Amino acid sequence: MLALVPLFPLLGFVINAALGRRLPKTVSGSVASAVMVASFVVSVMIVLELAAMPADQRAIEQTVYTWIASGDFVLDLTFRVDPLAAVMILVVTGIGALIHIYSTAYMHDESVGEYARYFSYLNLFAAFMLVLVLGANFLVLFVGWEGVGLCSYLLIGFWFRKRSAADAGKKAFVVNRIGDYAFILGMLFLFARFGTLDFRQLASTVAAMPPEEGVFGALSIASLLLFIGATGKSAQIPLYTWLPDAMEGPTPVSALIHAATMVTAGVYMIGRNAVLFSHAPETMMIVAVVGALTAVMAGTIGLVQNDIKRVLAYSTVSQLGLMFLAMGVGAFGAGIFHLYTHAFFKALLFLGSGAVIHALHGEQDIRQMGGLRRYLPITYWTFLIGSLAIAGVPFLSGFFSKDEILYETFHGGHTLLWLIAAVASLLTAVYMFRLVFLTFHGDGPHAVGVTSHDVGATSPRVGATPNDVGATSHGLGAAPHLHDAPPAMALVLIVLAVGSVLAGYVGIPHALGGHNALATWLAPSFVPVGGEIAGEAAAEETALELTLMGVSSLIALAGIALAAFVWLTRRALAAAIALRYPTLYRLLLNKYYVDEIYDAAVVRPIQALSQEGLWRGFDVKVVDGAVNGTGAIVDASATLLRRLQTGSVRAYAGSLFIGVVVILGYYLWR
Amino acid sequence: MDGWLGVVIMIVLGVGFAGVMIGLSILLGPRNPTPEKLAPYECGMPAVGDARERHSVKFYLVAMIFLLFDIEIAFLYPWAVALRDLGWAGFMQVVTFFLILSVGYIYVWRKGVLDWGPVARAVRRQVRDKAA
Amino acid sequence: MFDSTFDAVVPLLCVILAALAAMGAEAFRARGERMPIGGLGIVGLAGAGVSSVLLWNRNAASFGVILADNFGLFVTLVLVVVGVLTIMFSSQVVRRDALPAGEYYALVLFAIAGMIMMATANDLLVIFLALEILSVAVYVLTGIRRDDQRATEAAFKYFLLGAFSSAFFLYGIAFTYGVAGSTRLDRVGAYLAAQSMSDSPLILMALALLLVGFAFKISAVPFHMWTPDAYEGAPAIVTGFMSTGVKAAAFAAFARVFLSAFEPFSADWAPIVWIIAALTMILGTVVGVAQSNLKRMLAYSSIAHGGYLLVGLVAANEVGKAAILFYLLAYAVTNLAAFGVIALLGSRDRGNDELRDYAGLWHTRPALAALMTVCLLSLGGLPPTVGFIGKWYIFSAAVSAGYYGLAIIGVLTSVVSVFFYLRVVVMMYMAEREVAAAMPPRVTGVSMAALAFAIFVIVYLGVMPTQVLDLASASIATIF
Repeated sequence: MLALVPLFPLLGFVINAALGRRLPKTVSGSVASAVMVASFVVSVMIVLELAAMPADQRAIEQTVYTWIASGDFVLDLTFRVDPLAAVMILVVTGIGALIHIYSTAYMHDESVGEYARYFSYLNLFAAFMLVLVLGANFLVLFVGWEGVGLCSYLLIGFWFRKRSAADAGKKAFVVNRIGDYAFILGMLFLFARFGTLDFRQLASTVAAMPPEEGVFGALSIASLLLFIGATGKSAQIPLYTWLPDAMEGPTPVSALIHAATMVTAGVYMIGRNAVLFSHAPETMMIVAVVGALTAVMAGTIGLVQNDIKRVLAYSTVSQLGLMFLAMGVGAFGAGIFHLYTHAFFKALLFLGSGAVIHALHGEQDIRQMGGLRRYLPITYWTFLIGSLAIAGVPFLSGFFSKDEILYETFHGGHTLLWLIAAVASLLTAVYMFRLVFLTFHGDGPHAVGVTSHDVGATSPRVGATPNDVGATSHGLGAAPHLHDAPPAMALVLIVLAVGSVLAGYVGIPHALGGHNALATWLAPSFVPVGGEIAGEAAAEETALELTLMGVSSLIALAGIALAAFVWLTRRALAAAIALRYPTLYRLLLNKYYVDEIYDAAVVRPIQALSQEGLWRGFDVKVVDGAVNGTGAIVDASATLLRRLQTGSVRAYAGSLFIGVVVILGYYLWR
Repeated sequence: MDGWLGVVIMIVLGVGFAGVMIGLSILLGPRNPTPEKLAPYECGMPAVGDARERHSVKFYLVAMIFLLFDIEIAFLYPWAVALRDLGWAGFMQVVTFFLILSVGYIYVWRKGVLDWGPVARAVRRQVRDKAA
Repeated sequence: MFDSTFDAVVPLLCVILAALAAMGAEAFRARGERMPIGGLGIVGLAGAGVSSVLLWNRNAASFGVILADNFGLFVTLVLVVVGVLTIMFSSQVVRRDALPAGEYYALVLFAIAGMIMMATANDLLVIFLALEILSVAVYVLTGIRRDDQRATEAAFKYFLLGAFSSAFFLYGIAFTYGVAGSTRLDRVGAYLAAQSMSDSPLILMALALLLVGFAFKISAVPFHMWTPDAYEGAPAIVTGFMSTGVKAAAFAAFARVFLSAFEPFSADWAPIVWIIAALTMILGTVVGVAQSNLKRMLAYSSIAHGGYLLVGLVAANEVGKAAILFYLLAYAVTNLAAFGVIALLGSRDRGNDELRDYAGLWHTRPALAALMTVCLLSLGGLPPTVGFIGKWYIFSAAVSAGYYGLAIIGVLTSVVSVFFYLRVVVMMYMAEREVAAAMPPRVTGVSMAALAFAIFVIVYLGVMPTQVLDLASASIATIF
């Protein structure tokens, strides 16, 4: 039964990859969406089954077969669903299915072959993500981990004709590989140390060990390596740079990557290994600090970006930072809670932005937008709900989860981190509403028709006055045809908007008279099997929690008010501030120059080493040099003998001989 | 370091043997060079042109084939000497060796490596084409 | 009918007979007549495969120098697979390039015979003999396109350097004989085990020279110089053949000599092999990144793969030993298939092996592009392919044997290597075909079947590796 969950999307992939080009678009799109829905249905059934079990035994396992067995190392291809994985599969299949449905409309302008290619990648992506989530040991998780990376590469670079998209895909892959490197080492290290890669066995073994307080021992090293892997997948400092570029892919892909899959993998992986991480307090501190810093840094960058998707991308990085902060302070439940609510509103926001871009035929610059609320009412209202949710306005989903993170951070005694997180959530409110106001409010669309776009469609000419809207002329430079999201897209937006409002109600904190059902549900996943499940929050802390809740509500509202003040009423103010502090503005606009720094410090030297150093300098110059170098000088009629005599073979033989001498010399002088 | 003595001895012996041989021949050999003696061939005919010119590949082929079958004799001779001691097993081994070599010989023959010059090859080709 | 003395050489005999038959057939072939010489070779190889299976677990020995233990038989089976695949890919290439079919197949078969002999040899002199049999055949195969200047140059270089390294190898054998009084591996091993405390320079000398001989054949840095030239100059399918078959055979003999006879001196050779392995992985990968010719890129990649195999040799614990054999199989099938695709895409006058030649292959030859993708992902060690399992095994062996440094270098290089494999994938799927580019040639059914088989093995062993892993660990246990 469990295997069906990833198997359905895989089936969709096979169908679309093998037959896609012969199928009409409606069929390949429906197949892709249907398998996701089927997978979602199966997931729901599994979760219901899980819920019927006693709380401390909630786990369903399915060993498909023994994957690797040799000697005493046995590794099964096992899927396991426990409360944590249950939340994840619901998010992945649920949000994933919605994004698939949305895509059927969004990608409709692609040719048949491209359409099928798109959906086959999308299905494969979902399948790998589900493998990642359901894997009962590191190696199965790793299959998904690598697969997700590969698919993201293919999807981000989907519009490969666009150079920036191809580059973004490559960047995503390369950065992810750096993380993977650490991740593999971490896995190997754990395997060598404990002889098992099964999460449960690992947790039980680790639980028996004392926490590495104040020492940086084996557990700390292993967990740190894993965390570096997570920073790659989940876009944290220092490996976050790929995610903002990843918006070069089709918008639904961004939604999928940012909301349901891929970036959540790192957070999930830490949650999955909660026992290991909590036994390495040093690593936990690093996780928390990295998370908090990422949250603030990404938030500040998000303030000044002008691309609608880029703002959202930085907001994802920032929100992920909050999740890692939660993980780092040991509030695993809160982190996953935020992951879960974030999936709704971030999917909503991305798909909403997709609807905007769709309507404007590829325009992404928010400075060129404005006043769209009149033309795209569904998009506007749903987008607004999403923004309210992410900003943490009371009684929407984001409020509950973000508040829990802030509370847990403060309660854990990390006052400074709490302060940073509070600043980050203020920034969230500000940049999100800057986005809303610039895009949907104001004087109506500005002239945007002068720039051309790579997507293929000529850019729309949105008229300077609203009067033009609705004119049906298709002549050059004629009126725009701004239409709201088509039904498939609108439906998805509305469903997600409802979700963004209601999703938080599974985790109403005790302070507000709820049961925090989600935390209770998740708790068994963060302790070893049979371990003590953490007690409930004591009553006397209710006052503190209520106070903090009030503070964070105020922060959210203050942020929105600030944004409204600046971008709704006094737009000139923003420009004035930017002019007043040009250095700061440029620093933020250029994303702290991190890309440039990486390029200069890492990418160039490696290229130079590979191209010039080892190959040109060593293998070519020293060895091939004689061949190629003289080959260029000596004309084409140079005889074989001549070329041989110029020394290349002698150089080869010389290297061989030197090798022998070195080895013998080693024996002689050691 | 004394363990390396064996290595040193071997190197000295190897180099020394070659050196002594060359040295002895230089020292002991009577040398009375005349222009005729320094000529590439001492067969009474004056050398014409440079000896370093391109030869037909046939020369090399034949030389190589000669070498191969010459080596075969070198294997057969010790076997013949020890024929009785090696018995039937030895006989079978030599026959096998010989058969494998024969396949090579037939191959070489059929491929026309032994035909000298283009005329013979053309004749052969005609014969073969007629047969086919 | 036969004395059991001959049992162990039966697989070898099958291949040699097929080779002789191929020569005979070529000799009596009329001009322009078509003969199923390749089929003949496949029959011989099948015979070798079947007899190897029948010999399994019997530990047959012939003349005391050929030992058909499970280790040798496992490698023999790998070589049979390599041979069959090579012949199947070749059928199209031979016709296209108008290569002399009889000669070509006979040489391939002789080379395989040499390889099988090398894998099952129990005597240093026989190993040397086998090495020469396979080398001479491969030298000629490298230059089989006589009208191609690069090919002749490559063959000549390969030959000269090969002869040079053979001299070292022979010298090593001489020293071994000088020390141990025998070239039989079991006797050498017995002698060395008794001397394990000694620090005799003669033994070290023998060790070092043998090491160099093997390192040359598996193209380990710094003895790899010939590899890129020879691999680029040879026809693609021959490159595939020698990068897998020669390496497998040489590695088998390497493992047999160093893990059995010279095992008592592992403390002496392990550090050297450690360094060679590290250098090999680093150079193969880093230089591979800079290549734009696919054949040359895969040449460097196969150098790097030799490095991973060396890691298994250094970390010769229970896991590591099995990993060597498994990786050998994984690498052989994958690499051969990748070169097979390159060979099939070439045309008579043009190799079509530049990276840009692969642009948009997905649109013109989707099946070929998909199969190539699987090969490249496996070479890069991405799950769920056999390459991943192989790498995982090698590295976990290294870690559990305490060779953290090698594991770190190995993982790093394999992570980097994915970059250049993926570049090809990207080219195939995400690039526009150049307008002027010629349509890639059609692929015959036989070649397609070979590819499909290879891909099946790659995926099957990635998903269900257990049986073969067990087989590998059981068979390598026979040489200790």
